Amino acid sequence: MKKKDLISITDYSKEDYLRILELAAYFERNPNQRLLQGKVVASLFFEPSTRTRLSFETAINRLGGRIIGFSDAGSSSVSKGETLHDTIKMVSNYADLIVMRHPLEGSSRYASEVSDIPVINAGDGANQHPTQTLLDMYSILKTQGTLDNINICMVGDLKYGRTVHSLLMAMSEFKNPVFNFIAPDELAMPEEYKLFLKEKGIKYYEHTEINENINYADIVYMTRVQKERFMDPIEYEKVKNVYILKNNMLKNTKFNMRILHPLPRVNEIHTDVDNNEKAYYFEQARNGVYTREAIIAHILNLK
Amino acid sequence: MSDSLKKKLKLKVSAINNGTVIDHIPSENLFKVISILGLQNLKTQITFGANLESDKLGSKAIIKLSDVFFEDDEINKISLIARNAKLNIIRDYEVVEKRVVEVPDKVIGIVKCFNPKCITNNEDITTHFTVISKSPLDLKCKYCEKITHEDQIAIK
Repeated sequence: MKKKDLISITDYSKEDYLRILELAAYFERNPNQRLLQGKVVASLFFEPSTRTRLSFETAINRLGGRIIGFSDAGSSSVSKGETLHDTIKMVSNYADLIVMRHPLEGSSRYASEVSDIPVINAGDGANQHPTQTLLDMYSILKTQGTLDNINICMVGDLKYGRTVHSLLMAMSEFKNPVFNFIAPDELAMPEEYKLFLKEKGIKYYEHTEINENINYADIVYMTRVQKERFMDPIEYEKVKNVYILKNNMLKNTKFNMRILHPLPRVNEIHTDVDNNEKAYYFEQARNGVYTREAIIAHILNLK
Repeated sequence: MSDSLKKKLKLKVSAINNGTVIDHIPSENLFKVISILGLQNLKTQITFGANLESDKLGSKAIIKLSDVFFEDDEINKISLIARNAKLNIIRDYEVVEKRVVEVPDKVIGIVKCFNPKCITNNEDITTHFTVISKSPLDLKCKYCEKITHEDQIAIK
């Protein structure tokens, strides 16, 4: 049987998404299962990522699997000059599954070609982070009861933010999504994604500030506006406070609206939002564990 | 001297008995074409000229290869850098067939990905692109998924 990988969100069909989301709900009800007993998972983090690594390792532990690996390239043979090719070849002789994060784009696709065992992409540079997208979808499904007819407001860095790009592509598989993009001009949604939506006949609107747009949203997806993305620091100073979500801005939002954020948050969501029932980002992170259990089970045909 | 006589005399100098003439190559890309087709490894006679006058290109290069015939897949590799190249297939000093090059659907191992953070620019990997537009040329990298546009194309 052909091995399954998860490298790019577009490798999967709508049926795959639905199957994984159904499994995620199952693992939320029954998080501790011994499905990975006797299996070894390689967790290869060529660059540090506390949240994603801990989420994956929790998922593997809850499934009863054992973990080998490293949490930054400095403690691996990469520091001795070993190529990615050789590292992956070696590890694929040891383990049953590879979970990898790497700073270079396309590294996971390449690893999946080199490896005899399945590879899950836990982030390859600014390219793809498909498990984040699936957990975002699971969070939307859980809070809205459906993935159809969802109005999503995406806020912040829409140019470099890979999570918003992948979420946009995945949600476009479902009925009648509406997108509102709120970003400074420097960080606007790239043309290629707008073209993608146009070709699919999907509605989108662009704004440069958070205003009453969010009152129509079912999901407000916040991202961080990073200083280092700006050529001109003055431009950053001008916009940095425009994209901060505060509790008093949520008064007229829909009762079912939920705020998502891939985390880590810096200051783009004021802490006074945290106690609002519409703040969903910490539950979203917890959903990540169930979703990753589901992805592993799907890829290894455990369930 | 009439034009046709001039042409004949000119041809006589470098005419080949059997083989392929690749014409209308942009002069600046002559050596890239040689390299892509691996002509440096041939043992048969090769003559080439560059900086020749051309109505179409201003300046063109031409390569004449004795006893060499190309498959489409092979010759289409040069379409990325010699869009208007024309092939004349010669048998017994006569042109028996004319062909043009076509941009293929996949480009493997010729072009560099423009993205410096792509794994193919950091490790010894054969590049692999899907052609998503032929004119202007847009190549989507199989690895980093970024698009290399026509004006960014560099040969590996």
